[in-house]
Amino acid sequence: MEISNTESIPGKQIVEFYGVVSGNTVRAKHIGRDIMAGLKNVVGGELKGYTELLQDSRNEAMDRMIQQAASMGANAVVNVRFATSSIAQGAAELFAYGTAVKVA
Amino acid sequence: MDSSLLQYMELFLNFGLPIFLLLLAYFVGSMLERSHFRSIRKRENENVGFPVVSFNTMPDDWNAASSGLVSGSVVVSLDYFKRVIAGLRALVGGRIKTYEPLLDRARREALLRMTEAARREGYDAVFNVRLETSRLANSGGDGQHTAGVEMLAYGTAVKFASRFAQSRWT
Repeated sequence: MEISNTESIPGKQIVEFYGVVSGNTVRAKHIGRDIMAGLKNVVGGELKGYTELLQDSRNEAMDRMIQQAASMGANAVVNVRFATSSIAQGAAELFAYGTAVKVA
Repeated sequence: MDSSLLQYMELFLNFGLPIFLLLLAYFVGSMLERSHFRSIRKRENENVGFPVVSFNTMPDDWNAASSGLVSGSVVVSLDYFKRVIAGLRALVGGRIKTYEPLLDRARREALLRMTEAARREGYDAVFNVRLETSRLANSGGDGQHTAGVEMLAYGTAVKFASRFAQSRWT
């Protein structure tokens, strides 16, 4: 599966369009991580636990999007966009969407 | 005598602790920030020959053999001292200088991580780079909560079919 955030796959032609595919995940943060982040908050800087958490979640959202595209018979997803929304106290939704296509 | 001791204890808890946290945050926070900026400048210099562009179409002289999505992200928060300063500043309005370097270094760090991921995976260049900022849930500017901000950089990385295309950049 080829993924790109541009309107085509570089060096290839789109031969068929399948439509928009998307994947999401909603995550709450881990209490242990939150305590660490609270301590880290005093001196500022990177909150590594959160960086990893969001990265994992984004990968999962992407995987779901890719699965949906694969089930349609696509071999690439173009114009991929990411979005984050905080839906509740301590929880965030991450989602990825794009257009499933066949390239040759 | 006992009651005056209690008064001192109370005074310490009410003012001493916040002041101690403020000082700790000020010194450790600004030290961490300086060392982070040093590391960012050093790594940015190392990546000078590697093309990373925000054009949304691929430059004509790049002949792509393969491509893939690369990304880099970082979550950062402001230290206690700077959060208090920012809170005070919000009362009168105007430029909040303490937030500017934080967002700047987070964004450059995210870009660097994306670039480093592209190099590690053997790509030759990245185009259509996009930067996104999002505030984490539970964050607040009142100095009490996590003031976490996530920076995300992503783009399409390409491997060149021939080395020729890179000559313009190195």
